[in-house]
Amino acid sequence: MTATLLVALAVFGACAVETVEALTIVLAAGLTRGWRSALEGSVLAVVVLAAVVAALGPALIHLVPIAVLRVVVGSLLLVLGLQWLRKAILRASGHKPKHDEDAIYQREVARLSGLPRPATGRDAVGFVIAFKGVLLEGTEVVMIVLTLGLSSGRLGVAALGAGAAVLLVGAVGALLARQLSEVPENALKLGVGLMLVTFGTFWAGEGVGVSWPGADLFLLGLLALYGMAAWALVSYLGRESVHPGVLA
Amino acid sequence: MTAGRLLSAFGRFWWEFIVGDTPELALGVALVVLAAWGLAAAKVPIGAALLPVALLLLLTASLWRGRRPG
Repeated sequence: MTATLLVALAVFGACAVETVEALTIVLAAGLTRGWRSALEGSVLAVVVLAAVVAALGPALIHLVPIAVLRVVVGSLLLVLGLQWLRKAILRASGHKPKHDEDAIYQREVARLSGLPRPATGRDAVGFVIAFKGVLLEGTEVVMIVLTLGLSSGRLGVAALGAGAAVLLVGAVGALLARQLSEVPENALKLGVGLMLVTFGTFWAGEGVGVSWPGADLFLLGLLALYGMAAWALVSYLGRESVHPGVLA
Repeated sequence: MTAGRLLSAFGRFWWEFIVGDTPELALGVALVVLAAWGLAAAKVPIGAALLPVALLLLLTASLWRGRRPG
């Protein structure tokens, strides 16, 4: 139960962050190049990503021994999670500028508005920009869905978490349109980074033969330990920075 | 686009994705997990604290490298 809930939350959070980033590009493409092309490009990218999960997921489960899968997947989760955590801690402590969705949106709009448009039919530029944006941002989500889903034996839960985040953030983002900077992206990134590192430690450890006290419940202990360490690191680094930090 | 260029672009994409601008994290995780695997294979008991402590040291070192002194 604990692991299922944490898997769902981790995938939901990761997918929410990536959806915000993809939505910035899709909105810019839609408003400047036309909604039809931008939506078609986005939908095609989502279909490609879903096909990758559907094709690779069951194949990996059947072909790779679970202990090897857990070590490889755990290590991948650790690298991704530590990267997310590092970035979020540096931003929260003022050592790295905030990921400014508004600035990215304005830049994309200015760039796309300057390109010539066809008089009729599909706009290839809008289609390709939206397709590439969703595909690139979605690749990280696919990695997280596959790694978390396969190691925990909960691929369905992971896929549902990702789908729910895309729908929710997509709907809210479409309503808010140009206010994506209101989404607390750095706080989400910090939370997801903590969960990825927690799961990565747990599965890489199980794969190499560590016996965790309390089995799945140890996940909560790891999460608390990493959470406290992240808080301490943000506080310490924040004191030596002359720039304001941004947790949200 | 030739097959060679496609393969090279594919490799570059995954290198950027996994290693990117924090090679110390990718290398550090590989070393920590390999060391834990080696210890387990040599029948040395691995306590529950070893991996988390090693990973926190790795994160701290990477943050130290990435910080912007005020």
